[in-house]
Amino acid sequence: MDTLAHLANGFALALTPINLLWCLVGVTVGTAIGVLPGLGPALTIALLLPLTYKVDATSAFILFAGIYYGAMYGGSTTSILLNTPGESATIVTSLEGNRMARSGRAGAALSTAAIGSFVAGTIGTIGLTFAAEPVVRFALKFGPAEYFSLMVLSFVTVSAVLGSSALRGLTALAVGIFLGMIGIDLQTGQPRFAFGVTELLDGINVLIVAVGLFAVGETLYLAAHGKRGPQEVLVVKDSIWMSAADWARSWKPWLRGSFLGFPIGAMPAGGAEVPTFLSYWMEKRFSKHKEEFGTVGAIEGVAGPEAANNASAAGVLVPMLALGLPTSATAAIMLSAFQSYGINPGPQLLDTQPALVWSLIASLYIGNVMLLVLNLPLVGLWVKILKVPEPLLYAGILVFATIGTYGISRSVVDLLLLYTMGVMGYLMRRFDFPTAPVIIGMILGPLAEQEFRRAMTISQGDLTIFFTRPLSLTLLVIAALAVAGPYLAKLVRKPAAG
Amino acid sequence: MISRRHVIRNGLLCSVFAAAGLPAFAAPTSLQIFVPAAPGGGWDQTARSIEAAMRKDNIITNFRVEHRPGAGGAVGLPVFVSTKKGNPEAIMIGGLVMVGSLVANNSPVGLSAVTPIARLTGEAEIIVVPAQSPFKTMQDLVAAMKADVGKVSFAGGSAGGTDHILAGMMAKALGLDPRKVAYVAYAGGGPAQAALLGNQVSAGISGVGEFAEQVKAGKLRALAVSSSSRVADFKDVPTLKEAGVNVELSNWRGVFAAPGITDAQRKDLVDLIEKMANGPAWKGELGTKGWDGLLMTGDAFKKYVDDEVVRITAVLTDLGLKK
Repeated sequence: MDTLAHLANGFALALTPINLLWCLVGVTVGTAIGVLPGLGPALTIALLLPLTYKVDATSAFILFAGIYYGAMYGGSTTSILLNTPGESATIVTSLEGNRMARSGRAGAALSTAAIGSFVAGTIGTIGLTFAAEPVVRFALKFGPAEYFSLMVLSFVTVSAVLGSSALRGLTALAVGIFLGMIGIDLQTGQPRFAFGVTELLDGINVLIVAVGLFAVGETLYLAAHGKRGPQEVLVVKDSIWMSAADWARSWKPWLRGSFLGFPIGAMPAGGAEVPTFLSYWMEKRFSKHKEEFGTVGAIEGVAGPEAANNASAAGVLVPMLALGLPTSATAAIMLSAFQSYGINPGPQLLDTQPALVWSLIASLYIGNVMLLVLNLPLVGLWVKILKVPEPLLYAGILVFATIGTYGISRSVVDLLLLYTMGVMGYLMRRFDFPTAPVIIGMILGPLAEQEFRRAMTISQGDLTIFFTRPLSLTLLVIAALAVAGPYLAKLVRKPAAG
Repeated sequence: MISRRHVIRNGLLCSVFAAAGLPAFAAPTSLQIFVPAAPGGGWDQTARSIEAAMRKDNIITNFRVEHRPGAGGAVGLPVFVSTKKGNPEAIMIGGLVMVGSLVANNSPVGLSAVTPIARLTGEAEIIVVPAQSPFKTMQDLVAAMKADVGKVSFAGGSAGGTDHILAGMMAKALGLDPRKVAYVAYAGGGPAQAALLGNQVSAGISGVGEFAEQVKAGKLRALAVSSSSRVADFKDVPTLKEAGVNVELSNWRGVFAAPGITDAQRKDLVDLIEKMANGPAWKGELGTKGWDGLLMTGDAFKKYVDDEVVRITAVLTDLGLKK
């Protein structure tokens, strides 16, 4: 009951006209920066930090939280429409989302993303309100050994995007792992594969690779193999909204995605990308429409990952508000904003600043509603973009991707990388290599490597650490079952059929 | 070729100023602050505090802050050197982290390429253990390290950074091989704190500010600080020297000017920083950020930087990070 009373107070504070206005500004700005590849919530909040000199703490944090949630919504829009992910957590969304858009179902894809984000964001916020304590206790049980096993499990998800040839898919995965290794190694401080280029010392931004491979690669492919003569404009089939069948196919993925995203987001090294991979893989396994995956686009493949990334955004706030732990770049910057108000974010934050924390949580509920109201009517507008003739549309995508990339660091090296990746993406498409495993390898490879080496340092090189810790063993067993499961099922079924 | 072109251009500029009858040397009226790190971090906060203090005390009100993040400053430094050469209104934020990063990366451009102006702040490092740890005092931890150094795992920031440097210095002072220290590097304080709170590692090293709230809440236990005297917030936590480990380390931050400025221009910048550091607004900034004011300017600071480069190079060599 105490929680509800606090929450009610929080709503009372968050619902004042001025705070509602800040929330609206936040979610609008957040949606806009989410749409742009490159400019992320962390950088935006950092640039807005000077605001903390002028605005009171509650309003500032309502604004920041709105930006954070909004970015997660906005990132999916360009993933679906233009195959150009705006945030790294929405890379998976583009896999099925863009295919749906190209088969005339952009409206349904955008709607399931927006409504799924709302459902997951609300579930995540409810989790943050009532379950922060136990979730954080569970998350802290994850040490390097457990994280490594979680990454092993996540690598299984690559099987969902391997395409027709396992060899080609695994080659792409290896390329991704290699790209992920470029830069200074955290455990030794030594540069790897940087070849003396200082811009490579901090590694390659995964977003540049994703935009290069997906958007630029696609554009080059179209330029090389596109049809000449009159262009046929994409027709928007049926209604632009979700049909009854779409709803029936979406609601379970929304829930599954939420329950994957929230706890993994709450883990200090979980992040927003891992749950989207797991969700995609899971939806492909469970779907009754497997033939739509990778062809015309399956709505489950959009609904699940979109829910997962929004729930993880709420999850990230759990260790931040419950323990004062900044576990993502955005959370770290929000915590430094606390400090400029003379508030020391720590385990006592909830006790010392209840009004601030609860109005922040209340504003998340409000922000979610605002985002839904903001995004759903926009769906009709967004799908019109696809009526632009292809050559113009792709020229636009190229400009958009270039500006977005340059915006990340204002570095020419990044632009060169973008186009190199674009050429690589073209060649991979030309020779029938799947591009998604590159991204999975690039995100999971370094995570798995770092956690493995941390575990080895702690155990003094004893490999049994992965099997003697119950949580770690459980994750490895699930991973083994996920790989062997389909084959075992076949073995069991065959004698029965024969 | 490039340097000659610069000389010619600077020469032209000087003659243009002379022709226009403007004074060739004058205290800067605006500042360009170059931050070789991402917004939000310690160097960025130092830059923002300089800006806030100078505005408040009406020393300078015209600012441009520019970020070039990457590799502990190793990415930004060459950019600062090449784009700001001879610019008397440009300053760069830097510190101990940059010294370490330049050494570890064998950077072709060192801190000798810029003009040291002033050390402004310092922050002590703190050594903590999880609340449920068997180690009650620094002596307990030292005894365990001496028994089997590989068994005592330390969580801290990236390898070669301040936290790792302190771990190496401690091992060396105890007569142990710094390379055998079980150092677990994390990208930033958050994940390292999580590893400590989850009791995944034996101990942790970071800036006092990073762990302060967890220590106050009783979730982590502070064993020692790395400064020369005890830290105001933790009067009952001994210094490393008091605990019998002969090591002292301060994570200092300061400002550097561009290469190729004249002695008079350098003096103007030193005066400017001194004026700010002795003003009321800067004292306020130190208070809210929890930094120690460690003002040191001019030649003394230049010598300090040179000494730090030698000292840190030696530690990183011991750790096997400098080839």
